[in-house]
Amino acid sequence: MAISLLKRSKTSGKKKQKSPASARQWAISLTIVAIAIWAFFTYLFDKTPDAVQAWFQVWLPPSTLNESLVWVICALGLNIVVGYAGLLDLGFVAFWAFGGYAAGWFMSGFFHQVNIHFGSMSANTIPGIHLSFWLVMVIAALIAGFFGIIIGAPTLRLKSDYLALVTLGFGEIIPQVFTNGENIGGFNLSNGTKGISPIDAIGVFGKRLGPFDLGWKFLIYFFLAACMVFVSLRIRGGRLGRAWLAIREDELAASMMGVPLMRTKLTAYAVGAFSGGIGGAVYATHVNGIFAERFNFSISIILLAMVVLGGMGNVWGVIVGALLMAWINATGLPAVGDTFNNTFHTQINFPSYNFLLFGGILVLMMLFKRDGLLPEARLKMISHENDDDTSNTGGH
Amino acid sequence: MGSILNAEHITVEFGGLVAVNDVSFDIPEKGIVSLIGPNGAGKTTFFNILTGLYKPTSGHVMYDGSEITALVPHKIAAGGVARTFQNIRLFGSMTAEENVMVAMHSHLKASLASTILGLPSQRREEKAAREEARALLEFVGIGKTATEFARNLSYGDQRRLEVARALALRPKVLLLDEPTAGMNPQESAVFVEFVHRIRDEKGISILLIEHDMAVVMKVSERITVLDRGEKIAEGTPAEIKSNPRVIEAYLGKGVGAGH
Ligand SMILES: Nc1ncnc2c1ncn2[C@@H]1O[C@H](COP(=O)(O)OP(=O)(O)OP(=O)(O)O)[C@@H](O)[C@H]1O
Ligand SMILES: [Mg+2]
Repeated sequence: MAISLLKRSKTSGKKKQKSPASARQWAISLTIVAIAIWAFFTYLFDKTPDAVQAWFQVWLPPSTLNESLVWVICALGLNIVVGYAGLLDLGFVAFWAFGGYAAGWFMSGFFHQVNIHFGSMSANTIPGIHLSFWLVMVIAALIAGFFGIIIGAPTLRLKSDYLALVTLGFGEIIPQVFTNGENIGGFNLSNGTKGISPIDAIGVFGKRLGPFDLGWKFLIYFFLAACMVFVSLRIRGGRLGRAWLAIREDELAASMMGVPLMRTKLTAYAVGAFSGGIGGAVYATHVNGIFAERFNFSISIILLAMVVLGGMGNVWGVIVGALLMAWINATGLPAVGDTFNNTFHTQINFPSYNFLLFGGILVLMMLFKRDGLLPEARLKMISHENDDDTSNTGGH
Repeated sequence: MGSILNAEHITVEFGGLVAVNDVSFDIPEKGIVSLIGPNGAGKTTFFNILTGLYKPTSGHVMYDGSEITALVPHKIAAGGVARTFQNIRLFGSMTAEENVMVAMHSHLKASLASTILGLPSQRREEKAAREEARALLEFVGIGKTATEFARNLSYGDQRRLEVARALALRPKVLLLDEPTAGMNPQESAVFVEFVHRIRDEKGISILLIEHDMAVVMKVSERITVLDRGEKIAEGTPAEIKSNPRVIEAYLGKGVGAGH
């Protein structure tokens, strides 16, 4: 009796969070939050008391908000590879680098030998290649996607352990190429350790977004992140998404059900790379430059931790994971550290322990909560009202 | 009657071990045939050859008039050779319905772009696929579980889901590896009926691996007996029951004494 009651309350509880409406509700709520944040920082922030402004500068500066969105975009890309298809990619930073350099090449005065302008807000007289931000997004995605296929095609045949190793190597080599790319047979590919800076301002609706237009950039980054969410959910709900999950669950069974393993995995890898390219280009506009030394292993690991922390395969979980960890990385850890050091008169360098923290999170999640903070719980599409009643009374 | 799938002189070696030794075997069109034999006789290995998972050391597999020995597994599956697994291998974190829809992968055509854009053609295709999946779940008797995660289904329902998933390939041949394992006698009896329905309503040829002699004798039109990788007998249930080699190798230990 008690059991059947319990069962019933459980199913009715599930019924409330019903069907596709809930994805839409998520989307609407998040959009409202984003617009509120934008309005606050754009219009109200300057009018708030100094104490409030100071608090935000310490605990939630606008640049951290923007950076978090960059991480969200990339984490959602990696989620397709790791979360959906179950392929362990330890070198995602390589795609980030490709995207970043695409922005460096095509949105700056770096190639000063030429003078190409297309859809950019910068003056026509400035040398270099200056393409529209949106066009550069596409180019960055295509370059990264292309290299994703080049590296994926031979390695995805390997067992998953080898895949991790090869991608790890790839993630080390590509940034090295850029770091040492100042003189490749006389050609300056990357400006080496000096990097490429500044990057052109983003133009939207005839408005030029310079380095300090954080509010508007926030909206653009939010839009791109929202596109990633949309694409992730759409693919997940279709034929390809099902095939990815099936491969993640049981590769052999998937192939016995007619799913072509190589091709399906390669698509996941390419779509992930594509998104990584976009993320990299966005990052370049966020920091207003490209600096080779920033593309290191820690980026791959932080992204992986975001996906794992949030719940592999669950888009909303990954977003939460990415926002949380991006905040800890950029603001939380330094701010907590300063507060701690001031209070206890210590001199501990908290940010330098971020690796320890993220590594620890990865290990703890793997040990105790493999499904992540928000495990992927698919929603019931139809209500089982009558069925439940009969099965409950019949069963007990 | 012609044969739909036919294996000729199949030999499989694992290192030194000969798991299947020069076995030839036929599945007649729209027939129900069984493969029996003691544990380790090589039955599952033989299935793995038919579905392309292992490649034979020697021998050929012909299906529907062409050779499939060297094809990759997903092509053989898409071509219409479906199977279930001895140890259930469902996609646990996907719903029953999605499990079935995975096996429709090769029939569905929607491209990545049309999926992202949600084009009408893609929506129509998805809707039809979902309906077909529901119908298959109904067919195997677990229509109510469509939106349950596969790993939360009861053992019996999981076995049924494996069959529904295999049927989603729209196969011509269905290979069932110990489908009644873990079922009680009533459930097994129902299952015998069910196998006939699959054949009669869908026109699918069926090959069963089965340990339950009651089921085997009732359901099979022909039986092939393997022992230590060798085919030791082949014939109708009545012939197999009275074959001295079979009784010695197999029935003598189990059914002869027990049932
Ligand atoms: N991948 C493999 N590598 C090495 N040996 C294998 C492999 N697969 C099967 N074998 C061996 O081949 C022999 C036949 O195994 P198989 O699983 O085909 O038997 P079976 O007839 O299905 O038995 P059961 O009734 O227990 O399922 C066994 O000795 C087994 O250990
Ligand atoms: Mg077996």
